[in-house]
Amino acid sequence: MRLTHLFFLLIFLILPSCKEQNQNLIKIEGKQIAITDTLSTHTDIESFIKPFRDKLEKDLDSVLAYSVKAYTKNDDELNTAIGNLMTDIIFSEANPIFNKRTGNNIDAVMLNHGGIRSMIPKGPITVRTAYEVMPFENKIVVVGLKGKNINDMVSYLVSGKRAHPFLGLKILLDQDYNLIKATINGENIDENKTYYVATNDYLYNNGDNMAFFKPSESFLNLDYKVRSAMIDYFKKVDTINPVRDDRFIRK
Amino acid sequence: MRRRDFIQQLTAGSALTIGGLGLHSFTAPSKHTKITILHTNDVHSHIDPFGPDDGRNANKGGVARRASLIESIRKENPNTLLLDAGDIFQGTPYFNYYGGELEFKLMSMLKYDAATIGNHDFDNGIDGLYAQLPHAKFSMVSANYDFSNTVMDTHVKPYKVFKRAGIKIGVFGLGIKLKGLVEKSLSKETKYLDPIEISQDMSRILKTEEKCDLIICLSHLGYHYKNAPDIASDLNLAAATKDIDLIIGGHTHTFLKKPTVVKNMEGKNMLVNQVGAYGINLGRIDFYFDANKNKSADGTSIIV
Repeated sequence: MRLTHLFFLLIFLILPSCKEQNQNLIKIEGKQIAITDTLSTHTDIESFIKPFRDKLEKDLDSVLAYSVKAYTKNDDELNTAIGNLMTDIIFSEANPIFNKRTGNNIDAVMLNHGGIRSMIPKGPITVRTAYEVMPFENKIVVVGLKGKNINDMVSYLVSGKRAHPFLGLKILLDQDYNLIKATINGENIDENKTYYVATNDYLYNNGDNMAFFKPSESFLNLDYKVRSAMIDYFKKVDTINPVRDDRFIRK
Repeated sequence: MRRRDFIQQLTAGSALTIGGLGLHSFTAPSKHTKITILHTNDVHSHIDPFGPDDGRNANKGGVARRASLIESIRKENPNTLLLDAGDIFQGTPYFNYYGGELEFKLMSMLKYDAATIGNHDFDNGIDGLYAQLPHAKFSMVSANYDFSNTVMDTHVKPYKVFKRAGIKIGVFGLGIKLKGLVEKSLSKETKYLDPIEISQDMSRILKTEEKCDLIICLSHLGYHYKNAPDIASDLNLAAATKDIDLIIGGHTHTFLKKPTVVKNMEGKNMLVNQVGAYGINLGRIDFYFDANKNKSADGTSIIV
Protein backbone atom coordinates (compact mmCIF):
# COMPACT_ATOMS: atom_id res chain seq x y z
CA MET A 1 0.00 0.00 0.00
CA ARG A 2 2.69 2.41 0.86
CA LEU A 3 4.53 1.50 -2.25
CA THR A 4 1.46 2.38 -4.33
CA HIS A 5 1.20 5.73 -2.65
CA LEU A 6 4.81 6.41 -3.41
CA PHE A 7 4.16 5.41 -7.00
CA PHE A 8 1.31 7.93 -7.38
CA LEU A 9 3.25 10.56 -5.55
CA LEU A 10 6.10 10.16 -7.97
CA ILE A 11 3.76 10.29 -10.90
CA PHE A 12 2.15 13.48 -9.67
CA LEU A 13 5.53 15.00 -9.08
CA ILE A 14 6.52 14.21 -12.60
CA LEU A 15 3.21 15.03 -14.30
CA PRO A 16 3.31 18.83 -14.05
CA SER A 17 6.45 18.79 -16.10
CA CYS A 18 4.83 16.59 -18.71
CA LYS A 19 1.39 18.13 -18.76
CA GLU A 20 2.26 21.16 -20.82
CA GLN A 21 3.88 19.13 -23.52
CA ASN A 22 2.87 20.13 -26.97
CA GLN A 23 2.93 17.88 -29.95
CA ASN A 24 5.94 19.28 -31.66
CA LEU A 25 6.39 18.80 -35.33
CA ILE A 26 9.97 17.67 -35.76
CA LYS A 27 10.18 16.24 -39.23
CA ILE A 28 8.26 16.26 -42.50
CA GLU A 29 8.91 13.86 -45.33
CA GLY A 30 7.25 14.28 -48.70
CA LYS A 31 7.21 12.20 -51.83
CA GLN A 32 5.13 11.19 -54.78
CA ILE A 33 4.23 7.61 -55.57
CA ALA A 34 3.47 6.70 -59.17
CA ILE A 35 0.42 4.52 -59.77
CA THR A 36 1.77 1.98 -62.22
CA ASP A 37 1.09 -1.58 -63.33
CA THR A 38 3.57 -2.85 -60.73
CA LEU A 39 0.89 -2.25 -58.08
CA SER A 40 -1.62 -5.01 -57.57
CA THR A 41 -5.24 -4.44 -58.54
CA HIS A 42 -7.53 -4.37 -55.52
CA THR A 43 -9.99 -7.14 -56.24
CA ASP A 44 -12.96 -5.73 -54.28
CA ILE A 45 -12.62 -2.38 -55.99
CA GLU A 46 -12.15 -3.98 -59.38
CA SER A 47 -15.24 -6.14 -59.03
CA PHE A 48 -17.23 -3.11 -57.88
CA ILE A 49 -16.22 -1.15 -60.99
CA LYS A 50 -16.83 -4.03 -63.41
CA PRO A 51 -20.62 -3.80 -63.86
CA PHE A 52 -20.37 -0.03 -64.36
CA ARG A 53 -17.62 -0.56 -66.93
CA ASP A 54 -19.44 -3.36 -68.74
CA LYS A 55 -22.59 -1.30 -69.19
CA LEU A 56 -20.56 1.67 -70.37
CA GLU A 57 -18.46 -0.34 -72.82
CA LYS A 58 -21.52 -1.98 -74.29
CA ASP A 59 -23.08 1.40 -74.94
CA LEU A 60 -19.87 2.99 -76.22
CA ASP A 61 -19.40 0.14 -78.68
CA SER A 62 -22.91 0.31 -80.08
CA VAL A 63 -22.71 1.01 -83.82
CA LEU A 64 -24.34 4.22 -85.02
CA ALA A 65 -23.18 4.44 -88.67
CA TYR A 66 -20.46 3.28 -91.06
CA SER A 67 -17.54 5.12 -92.54
CA VAL A 68 -16.44 4.24 -96.07
CA LYS A 69 -12.87 5.38 -95.41
CA ALA A 70 -10.51 6.36 -92.60
CA TYR A 71 -10.37 10.13 -92.15
CA THR A 72 -7.78 12.21 -90.31
CA LYS A 73 -7.37 15.94 -89.85
CA ASN A 74 -4.00 15.76 -91.60
CA ASP A 75 -5.30 14.27 -94.84
CA ASP A 76 -4.94 17.56 -96.76
CA GLU A 77 -3.94 21.18 -96.40
CA LEU A 78 -6.47 23.97 -95.74
CA ASN A 79 -9.56 21.80 -95.73
CA THR A 80 -10.17 18.15 -94.94
CA ALA A 81 -13.02 15.69 -95.29
CA ILE A 82 -13.22 15.10 -91.51
CA GLY A 83 -13.26 18.85 -90.82
CA ASN A 84 -15.98 19.41 -93.40
CA LEU A 85 -17.97 16.58 -91.82
CA MET A 86 -17.72 18.28 -88.42
CA THR A 87 -19.09 21.55 -89.83
CA ASP A 88 -21.90 19.68 -91.62
CA ILE A 89 -22.81 18.04 -88.31
CA ILE A 90 -22.91 21.37 -86.47
CA PHE A 91 -24.99 22.99 -89.20
CA SER A 92 -27.50 20.20 -89.67
CA GLU A 93 -28.03 19.52 -85.96
CA ALA A 94 -27.87 23.10 -84.64
CA ASN A 95 -29.62 25.11 -87.35
CA PRO A 96 -33.13 23.74 -86.70
CA ILE A 97 -32.74 24.61 -83.00
CA PHE A 98 -31.34 28.05 -83.73
CA ASN A 99 -34.06 28.76 -86.30
CA LYS A 100 -36.81 27.68 -83.94
CA ARG A 101 -35.51 29.96 -81.19
CA THR A 102 -34.66 33.05 -83.24
CA GLY A 103 -36.23 32.76 -86.68
CA ASN A 104 -32.77 33.21 -88.19
CA ASN A 105 -30.52 30.72 -89.93
CA ILE A 106 -26.86 29.90 -89.37
CA ASP A 107 -24.75 31.52 -92.12
CA ALA A 108 -21.43 29.94 -91.26
CA VAL A 109 -19.77 27.41 -88.95
CA MET A 110 -16.29 27.89 -87.55
CA LEU A 111 -14.32 25.25 -85.63
CA ASN A 112 -10.64 24.63 -84.98
CA HIS A 113 -8.24 22.12 -86.41
CA GLY A 114 -6.84 21.21 -83.00
CA GLY A 115 -10.33 20.38 -81.74
CA ILE A 116 -10.47 17.20 -83.83
CA ARG A 117 -8.85 14.92 -81.29
CA SER A 118 -8.85 11.62 -83.15
CA MET A 119 -9.35 10.02 -86.54
CA ILE A 120 -12.51 8.35 -87.76
CA PRO A 121 -11.56 4.81 -88.74
CA LYS A 122 -13.00 2.92 -91.68
CA GLY A 123 -15.94 0.73 -90.73
CA PRO A 124 -18.35 1.01 -87.82
CA ILE A 125 -18.79 4.42 -86.15
CA THR A 126 -19.67 3.98 -82.49
CA VAL A 127 -20.48 6.25 -79.57
CA ARG A 128 -16.84 5.72 -78.63
CA THR A 129 -15.79 7.28 -81.94
CA ALA A 130 -17.69 10.44 -80.99
CA TYR A 131 -15.98 10.51 -77.58
CA GLU A 132 -12.56 10.05 -79.17
CA VAL A 133 -12.99 12.70 -81.84
CA MET A 134 -14.63 15.08 -79.35
CA PRO A 135 -13.63 14.24 -75.77
CA PHE A 136 -14.42 17.77 -74.53
CA GLU A 137 -17.75 18.96 -73.24
CA ASN A 138 -17.91 22.05 -75.43
CA LYS A 139 -21.33 23.32 -76.35
CA ILE A 140 -22.55 24.81 -79.60
CA VAL A 141 -23.06 28.57 -79.52
CA VAL A 142 -24.32 30.87 -82.29
CA VAL A 143 -22.77 34.31 -82.48
CA GLY A 144 -24.16 37.26 -84.49
CA LEU A 145 -21.15 38.93 -86.13
CA LYS A 146 -20.80 42.00 -88.33
CA GLY A 147 -19.15 41.54 -91.72
CA LYS A 148 -16.10 43.27 -90.27
CA ASN A 149 -15.62 40.38 -87.85
CA ILE A 150 -16.14 37.92 -90.72
CA ASN A 151 -13.28 39.65 -92.54
CA ASP A 152 -11.15 39.28 -89.41
CA MET A 153 -12.08 35.61 -89.39
CA VAL A 154 -10.93 35.32 -93.02
CA SER A 155 -7.63 37.04 -92.11
CA TYR A 156 -7.21 34.60 -89.24
CA LEU A 157 -7.72 31.65 -91.57
CA VAL A 158 -5.48 33.05 -94.29
CA SER A 159 -2.58 33.81 -91.97
CA GLY A 160 -3.03 30.53 -90.05
CA LYS A 161 -2.73 28.35 -93.19
CA ARG A 162 -4.30 25.56 -91.17
CA ALA A 163 -7.24 23.38 -91.97
CA HIS A 164 -9.54 24.95 -89.40
CA PRO A 165 -12.92 23.49 -90.32
CA PHE A 166 -15.51 25.99 -91.54
CA LEU A 167 -18.69 26.09 -93.58
CA GLY A 168 -20.47 28.88 -95.46
CA LEU A 169 -17.35 30.74 -96.55
CA LYS A 170 -15.21 30.22 -99.62
CA ILE A 171 -11.62 31.40 -99.53
CA LEU A 172 -9.30 31.31 -102.51
CA LEU A 173 -5.55 31.78 -102.10
CA ASP A 174 -2.72 32.04 -104.57
CA GLN A 175 0.23 29.64 -104.50
CA ASP A 176 1.98 31.88 -101.94
CA TYR A 177 -1.03 31.78 -99.60
CA ASN A 178 -2.14 35.33 -100.39
CA LEU A 179 -5.86 35.99 -100.39
CA ILE A 180 -7.47 36.28 -103.82
CA LYS A 181 -11.12 36.22 -102.90
CA ALA A 182 -13.40 35.46 -99.95
CA THR A 183 -17.17 35.08 -100.11
CA ILE A 184 -19.93 34.09 -97.71
CA ASN A 185 -22.70 31.96 -99.15
CA GLY A 186 -21.66 33.01 -102.65
CA GLU A 187 -21.74 36.75 -101.96
CA ASN A 188 -19.17 39.35 -101.01
CA ILE A 189 -18.83 39.93 -97.29
CA ASP A 190 -20.90 42.97 -96.28
CA GLU A 191 -19.13 44.88 -93.49
CA ASN A 192 -22.44 46.14 -92.05
CA LYS A 193 -24.49 43.00 -92.30
CA THR A 194 -24.92 40.63 -89.36
CA TYR A 195 -24.06 36.99 -90.01
CA TYR A 196 -24.84 34.13 -87.66
CA VAL A 197 -21.81 31.96 -87.01
CA ALA A 198 -22.04 28.68 -85.12
CA THR A 199 -19.00 27.65 -83.11
CA ASN A 200 -18.35 26.21 -79.66
CA ASP A 201 -18.08 27.99 -76.33
CA TYR A 202 -14.33 27.34 -76.11
CA LEU A 203 -13.58 29.15 -79.36
CA TYR A 204 -16.07 31.92 -78.61
CA ASN A 205 -14.11 32.57 -75.42
CA ASN A 206 -10.95 33.25 -77.40
CA GLY A 207 -9.81 29.63 -77.63
CA ASP A 208 -7.09 29.20 -80.29
CA ASN A 209 -6.85 33.03 -80.28
CA MET A 210 -10.06 33.42 -82.24
CA ALA A 211 -10.49 37.04 -81.18
CA PHE A 212 -12.92 37.81 -84.05
CA PHE A 213 -15.92 36.46 -82.10
CA LYS A 214 -15.95 39.69 -80.11
CA PRO A 215 -17.53 42.16 -80.11
CA SER A 216 -20.66 40.32 -81.16
CA GLU A 217 -24.11 41.54 -82.11
CA SER A 218 -25.80 38.60 -80.43
CA PHE A 219 -24.92 35.41 -78.60
CA LEU A 220 -26.90 32.25 -77.99
CA ASN A 221 -25.65 29.17 -76.18
CA LEU A 222 -27.72 26.27 -77.50
CA ASP A 223 -26.78 24.21 -74.43
CA TYR A 224 -26.09 21.37 -76.87
CA LYS A 225 -22.76 19.58 -76.73
CA VAL A 226 -20.75 19.16 -79.92
CA ARG A 227 -20.41 15.48 -79.07
CA SER A 228 -24.15 15.06 -78.59
CA ALA A 229 -24.69 16.64 -82.03
CA MET A 230 -22.23 14.11 -83.49
CA ILE A 231 -24.03 11.18 -81.88
CA ASP A 232 -27.41 12.52 -83.04
CA TYR A 233 -26.09 12.98 -86.57
CA PHE A 234 -24.51 9.53 -86.74
CA LYS A 235 -27.79 7.98 -85.59
CA LYS A 236 -29.61 9.62 -88.51
CA VAL A 237 -27.20 8.71 -91.29
CA ASP A 238 -26.40 5.19 -92.43
CA THR A 239 -23.00 5.83 -93.99
CA ILE A 240 -20.66 8.80 -93.95
CA ASN A 241 -18.70 9.73 -97.03
CA PRO A 242 -17.36 13.27 -96.48
CA VAL A 243 -15.07 14.92 -99.04
CA ARG A 244 -12.48 17.63 -99.27
CA ASP A 245 -13.79 20.44 -101.48
CA ASP A 246 -12.87 23.90 -102.78
CA ARG A 247 -13.99 25.99 -99.78
CA PHE A 248 -10.40 26.82 -98.86
CA ILE A 249 -7.73 26.11 -101.48
CA ARG A 250 -4.72 27.47 -103.28
CA LYS A 251 -5.19 28.21 -106.98
CA MET B 1 -6.34 16.82 -20.41
CA ARG B 2 -7.35 14.40 -23.08
CA ARG B 3 -7.69 10.89 -21.81
CA ARG B 4 -5.41 9.34 -24.36
CA ASP B 5 -2.63 11.81 -23.66
CA PHE B 6 -3.09 11.20 -19.96
CA ILE B 7 -2.64 7.49 -20.39
CA GLN B 8 0.44 7.98 -22.53
CA GLN B 9 1.93 10.34 -19.97
CA LEU B 10 1.08 7.98 -17.18
CA THR B 11 2.95 5.23 -18.94
CA ALA B 12 5.91 7.46 -19.53
CA GLY B 13 5.84 8.61 -15.93
CA SER B 14 5.76 5.10 -14.52
CA ALA B 15 8.55 3.95 -16.78
CA LEU B 16 10.59 6.79 -15.43
CA THR B 17 9.75 5.97 -11.84
CA ILE B 18 10.71 2.37 -12.24
CA GLY B 19 13.81 3.44 -14.05
CA GLY B 20 14.85 5.05 -10.86
CA LEU B 21 16.16 8.46 -10.20
CA GLY B 22 14.75 10.42 -13.09
CA LEU B 23 18.08 10.55 -14.81
CA HIS B 24 16.55 9.74 -18.13
CA SER B 25 15.19 12.83 -19.73
CA PHE B 26 11.99 12.75 -21.73
CA THR B 27 14.01 12.81 -24.91
CA ALA B 28 15.54 9.42 -24.30
CA PRO B 29 12.53 7.19 -24.98
CA SER B 30 11.21 9.76 -27.46
CA LYS B 31 8.20 8.18 -29.06
CA HIS B 32 7.42 9.73 -32.40
CA THR B 33 3.89 9.99 -33.66
CA LYS B 34 3.68 9.79 -37.41
CA ILE B 35 0.76 11.24 -39.34
CA THR B 36 0.59 10.26 -42.99
CA ILE B 37 -1.25 12.49 -45.43
CA LEU B 38 -2.12 10.91 -48.77
CA HIS B 39 -3.56 13.02 -51.54
CA THR B 40 -4.83 13.20 -55.09
CA ASN B 41 -6.11 16.05 -57.28
CA ASP B 42 -7.81 16.45 -60.66
CA VAL B 43 -8.58 12.75 -61.01
CA HIS B 44 -11.24 13.76 -63.56
CA SER B 45 -13.26 10.54 -63.55
CA HIS B 46 -10.22 8.43 -64.45
CA ILE B 47 -11.35 5.18 -62.94
CA ASP B 48 -9.60 2.73 -65.25
CA PRO B 49 -5.84 2.83 -65.88
CA PHE B 50 -4.64 4.38 -69.11
CA GLY B 51 -4.16 1.82 -71.87
CA PRO B 52 -0.81 0.82 -73.37
CA ASP B 53 -1.22 3.30 -76.25
CA ASP B 54 -1.93 6.38 -74.16
CA GLY B 55 1.33 8.20 -74.82
CA ARG B 56 3.09 9.50 -71.75
CA ASN B 57 0.36 8.22 -69.41
CA ALA B 58 0.44 4.68 -70.82
CA ASN B 59 -0.36 2.00 -68.23
CA LYS B 60 -0.53 4.56 -65.43
CA GLY B 61 -3.29 5.31 -62.96
CA GLY B 62 -6.36 3.27 -62.05
CA VAL B 63 -8.49 3.40 -58.91
CA ALA B 64 -8.11 -0.33 -58.11
CA ARG B 65 -4.32 0.01 -58.04
CA ARG B 66 -4.49 3.19 -55.99
CA ALA B 67 -6.71 1.27 -53.56
CA SER B 68 -4.05 -1.43 -53.02
CA LEU B 69 -1.37 1.16 -52.45
CA ILE B 70 -3.49 3.11 -49.96
CA GLU B 71 -4.44 -0.08 -48.15
CA SER B 72 -0.80 -1.07 -47.70
CA ILE B 73 0.12 2.42 -46.45
CA ARG B 74 -2.75 2.34 -43.97
CA LYS B 75 -1.55 -1.03 -42.69
CA GLU B 76 1.89 0.46 -42.13
CA ASN B 77 0.43 3.57 -40.47
CA PRO B 78 -3.21 3.62 -39.39
CA ASN B 79 -2.81 7.32 -38.56
CA THR B 80 -3.40 8.27 -42.17
CA LEU B 81 -5.65 10.85 -43.81
CA LEU B 82 -6.65 10.59 -47.47
CA LEU B 83 -7.57 13.87 -49.17
CA ASP B 84 -8.51 15.17 -52.63
CA ALA B 85 -8.10 18.71 -53.96
CA GLY B 86 -11.02 18.77 -56.40
CA ASP B 87 -12.01 18.17 -60.02
CA ILE B 88 -13.16 14.71 -59.15
CA PHE B 89 -15.65 14.88 -62.02
CA GLN B 90 -15.41 15.12 -65.81
CA GLY B 91 -12.94 13.56 -68.17
CA THR B 92 -14.15 10.09 -69.08
CA PRO B 93 -17.52 8.69 -70.15
CA TYR B 94 -17.97 7.35 -66.59
CA PHE B 95 -18.95 10.88 -65.65
CA ASN B 96 -21.21 11.39 -68.66
CA TYR B 97 -22.99 8.10 -67.98
CA TYR B 98 -23.19 7.99 -64.19
CA GLY B 99 -22.92 11.66 -63.24
CA GLY B 100 -20.20 11.19 -60.61
CA GLU B 101 -21.92 8.38 -58.69
CA LEU B 102 -19.09 5.91 -59.31
CA GLU B 103 -16.36 8.46 -58.50
CA PHE B 104 -17.94 9.23 -55.10
CA LYS B 105 -18.70 5.59 -54.33
CA LEU B 106 -15.12 4.56 -55.05
CA MET B 107 -13.66 7.42 -53.03
CA SER B 108 -15.87 6.30 -50.15
CA MET B 109 -14.64 2.72 -50.52
CA LEU B 110 -11.05 3.97 -50.51
CA LYS B 111 -11.99 5.81 -47.29
CA TYR B 112 -11.23 9.32 -48.40
CA ASP B 113 -11.55 11.64 -45.42
CA ALA B 114 -12.15 14.95 -47.17
CA ALA B 115 -12.23 16.64 -50.55
CA THR B 116 -12.66 20.17 -51.81
CA ILE B 117 -14.72 21.30 -54.79
CA GLY B 118 -13.10 22.01 -58.15
CA ASN B 119 -14.60 24.00 -61.01
CA HIS B 120 -15.43 20.82 -62.96
CA ASP B 121 -17.36 19.45 -60.02
CA PHE B 122 -20.04 21.96 -61.09
CA ASP B 123 -20.21 20.48 -64.60
CA ASN B 124 -23.62 18.90 -64.02
CA GLY B 125 -24.69 22.01 -62.17
CA ILE B 126 -24.79 22.50 -58.46
CA ASP B 127 -27.88 20.27 -58.49
CA GLY B 128 -25.87 17.53 -60.19
CA LEU B 129 -23.25 17.73 -57.47
CA TYR B 130 -25.89 17.76 -54.75
CA ALA B 131 -27.56 14.70 -56.27
CA GLN B 132 -24.34 12.69 -55.85
CA LEU B 133 -23.73 13.67 -52.22
CA PRO B 134 -25.50 10.62 -50.77
CA HIS B 135 -22.73 8.52 -52.38
CA ALA B 136 -19.95 10.47 -50.64
CA LYS B 137 -19.01 9.15 -47.20
CA PHE B 138 -16.28 11.76 -46.88
CA SER B 139 -16.47 15.45 -45.97
CA MET B 140 -16.72 18.22 -48.52
CA VAL B 141 -14.78 21.25 -47.35
CA SER B 142 -14.76 24.70 -48.91
CA ALA B 143 -14.17 27.88 -46.95
CA ASN B 144 -14.43 30.44 -49.73
CA TYR B 145 -17.51 29.21 -51.59
CA ASP B 146 -20.59 30.58 -49.90
CA PHE B 147 -23.34 28.08 -50.68
CA SER B 148 -25.94 29.59 -48.35
CA ASN B 149 -28.39 30.39 -51.17
CA THR B 150 -27.98 27.04 -52.90
CA VAL B 151 -29.01 23.41 -52.40
CA MET B 152 -25.50 22.73 -51.08
CA ASP B 153 -26.14 24.88 -48.01
CA THR B 154 -25.09 23.00 -44.84
CA HIS B 155 -23.62 20.14 -46.91
CA VAL B 156 -20.22 21.78 -47.25
CA LYS B 157 -18.23 22.89 -44.22
CA PRO B 158 -15.40 25.42 -44.31
CA TYR B 159 -13.14 23.00 -42.50
CA LYS B 160 -13.04 19.73 -40.65
CA VAL B 161 -10.87 18.74 -37.71
CA PHE B 162 -9.59 15.17 -37.59
CA LYS B 163 -7.87 13.53 -34.67
CA ARG B 164 -5.28 10.84 -35.24
CA ALA B 165 -3.11 9.46 -32.41
CA GLY B 166 -3.89 12.50 -30.30
CA ILE B 167 -2.84 14.90 -33.05
CA LYS B 168 -5.47 17.41 -34.15
CA ILE B 169 -5.43 17.98 -37.90
CA GLY B 170 -7.43 20.85 -39.33
CA VAL B 171 -8.29 20.61 -43.03
CA PHE B 172 -9.91 23.51 -44.86
CA GLY B 173 -10.85 23.85 -48.52
CA LEU B 174 -10.48 26.57 -51.13
CA GLY B 175 -12.11 26.87 -54.55
CA ILE B 176 -11.10 28.82 -57.62
CA LYS B 177 -12.83 31.95 -58.91
CA LEU B 178 -15.92 30.76 -60.76
CA LYS B 179 -16.33 33.64 -63.20
CA GLY B 180 -15.00 32.67 -66.62
CA LEU B 181 -14.65 29.01 -65.63
CA VAL B 182 -18.10 27.93 -64.54
CA GLU B 183 -21.28 29.16 -66.17
CA LYS B 184 -23.59 30.98 -63.83
CA SER B 185 -26.38 28.60 -64.83
CA LEU B 186 -24.32 25.79 -63.27
CA SER B 187 -22.95 27.39 -60.11
CA LYS B 188 -26.16 29.39 -59.55
CA GLU B 189 -25.97 31.47 -56.36
CA THR B 190 -22.60 30.10 -55.20
CA LYS B 191 -20.53 33.06 -54.03
CA TYR B 192 -16.77 33.13 -54.42
CA LEU B 193 -14.94 34.82 -51.54
CA ASP B 194 -11.34 36.00 -51.52
CA PRO B 195 -9.26 32.90 -50.79
CA ILE B 196 -6.33 34.71 -49.16
CA GLU B 197 -8.49 36.59 -46.65
CA ILE B 198 -10.48 33.46 -45.91
CA SER B 199 -7.28 31.47 -45.36
CA GLN B 200 -5.99 34.02 -42.88
CA ASP B 201 -9.23 33.54 -40.94
CA MET B 202 -9.12 29.77 -41.31
CA SER B 203 -5.55 29.39 -40.07
CA ARG B 204 -6.35 31.57 -37.04
CA ILE B 205 -9.49 29.59 -36.20
CA LEU B 206 -7.75 26.25 -36.63
CA LYS B 207 -4.68 27.31 -34.70
CA THR B 208 -6.09 29.32 -31.80
CA GLU B 209 -9.70 28.17 -31.45
CA GLU B 210 -9.52 24.55 -32.58
CA LYS B 211 -5.92 24.20 -31.30
CA CYS B 212 -4.86 22.07 -34.24
CA ASP B 213 -1.36 20.61 -34.29
CA LEU B 214 -1.39 20.41 -38.06
CA ILE B 215 -3.15 22.67 -40.59
CA ILE B 216 -3.74 21.55 -44.15
CA CYS B 217 -5.29 23.55 -46.96
CA LEU B 218 -6.98 21.65 -49.79
CA SER B 219 -6.79 24.13 -52.61
CA HIS B 220 -8.17 24.17 -56.13
CA LEU B 221 -6.66 27.61 -56.82
CA GLY B 222 -3.83 26.34 -59.01
CA TYR B 223 -0.12 26.10 -58.29
CA HIS B 224 1.06 29.38 -59.80
CA TYR B 225 0.31 31.48 -62.89
CA LYS B 226 3.51 32.55 -64.59
CA ASN B 227 1.74 34.94 -66.95
CA ALA B 228 -0.58 36.33 -64.28
CA PRO B 229 1.49 36.12 -61.10
CA ASP B 230 -1.00 38.18 -59.05
CA ILE B 231 -3.86 35.73 -59.45
CA ALA B 232 -4.55 33.82 -56.24
CA SER B 233 -2.48 30.65 -56.39
CA ASP B 234 -0.99 28.17 -53.95
CA LEU B 235 2.41 29.87 -53.95
CA ASN B 236 0.81 33.28 -53.34
CA LEU B 237 -1.39 31.82 -50.65
CA ALA B 238 1.60 30.27 -48.88
CA ALA B 239 3.46 33.58 -48.83
CA ALA B 240 0.46 35.54 -47.52
CA THR B 241 -0.52 33.28 -44.61
CA LYS B 242 0.91 31.65 -41.50
CA ASP B 243 0.44 28.44 -39.54
CA ILE B 244 -0.50 26.38 -42.59
CA ASP B 245 1.76 23.32 -42.73
CA LEU B 246 0.73 21.96 -46.10
CA ILE B 247 -1.17 23.20 -49.14
CA ILE B 248 -2.42 20.36 -51.32
CA GLY B 249 -3.15 21.90 -54.68
CA GLY B 250 -5.02 21.18 -57.88
CA HIS B 251 -6.52 22.73 -61.01
CA THR B 252 -3.29 23.44 -62.93
CA HIS B 253 -2.48 19.71 -63.31
CA THR B 254 1.03 20.54 -62.15
CA PHE B 255 3.50 17.69 -62.07
CA LEU B 256 6.18 18.48 -59.50
CA LYS B 257 9.35 16.47 -59.15
CA LYS B 258 8.91 16.85 -55.41
CA PRO B 259 6.83 18.94 -53.01
CA THR B 260 7.82 22.62 -53.00
CA VAL B 261 9.24 24.08 -49.80
CA VAL B 262 7.92 27.64 -49.47
CA LYS B 263 8.37 30.38 -46.87
CA ASN B 264 5.16 31.63 -45.29
CA MET B 265 4.57 35.25 -44.21
CA GLU B 266 6.56 34.61 -41.03
CA GLY B 267 9.48 33.19 -42.99
CA LYS B 268 8.77 29.66 -41.80
CA ASN B 269 9.09 26.79 -44.21
CA MET B 270 5.99 24.93 -45.29
CA LEU B 271 5.04 22.64 -48.15
CA VAL B 272 3.00 23.06 -51.32
CA ASN B 273 2.30 19.91 -53.26
CA GLN B 274 0.31 18.79 -56.28
CA VAL B 275 0.48 15.43 -58.06
CA GLY B 276 -0.42 16.15 -61.67
CA ALA B 277 -3.78 14.70 -62.67
CA TYR B 278 -5.89 11.65 -63.59
CA GLY B 279 -4.88 9.59 -60.56
CA ILE B 280 -1.52 8.67 -62.04
CA ASN B 281 0.25 9.68 -58.82
CA LEU B 282 -0.46 9.64 -55.12
CA GLY B 283 1.10 12.30 -52.91
CA ARG B 284 2.44 11.22 -49.54
CA ILE B 285 3.54 13.58 -46.79
CA ASP B 286 4.59 12.16 -43.40
CA PHE B 287 4.55 14.43 -40.37
CA TYR B 288 6.56 13.28 -37.35
CA PHE B 289 5.62 14.64 -33.95
CA ASP B 290 7.57 14.41 -30.78
CA ALA B 291 5.84 15.15 -27.50
CA ASN B 292 8.88 16.91 -26.14
CA LYS B 293 9.00 20.61 -25.64
CA ASN B 294 12.75 20.86 -25.74
CA LYS B 295 12.98 19.75 -29.28
CA SER B 296 10.87 22.51 -30.77
CA ALA B 297 13.81 24.85 -30.59
CA ASP B 298 15.54 22.74 -33.18
CA GLY B 299 12.82 23.55 -35.66
CA THR B 300 11.34 21.15 -38.15
CA SER B 301 13.40 19.34 -40.71
CA ILE B 302 11.77 18.94 -44.09
CA ILE B 303 12.93 16.09 -46.28
CA VAL B 304 11.58 16.07 -49.81
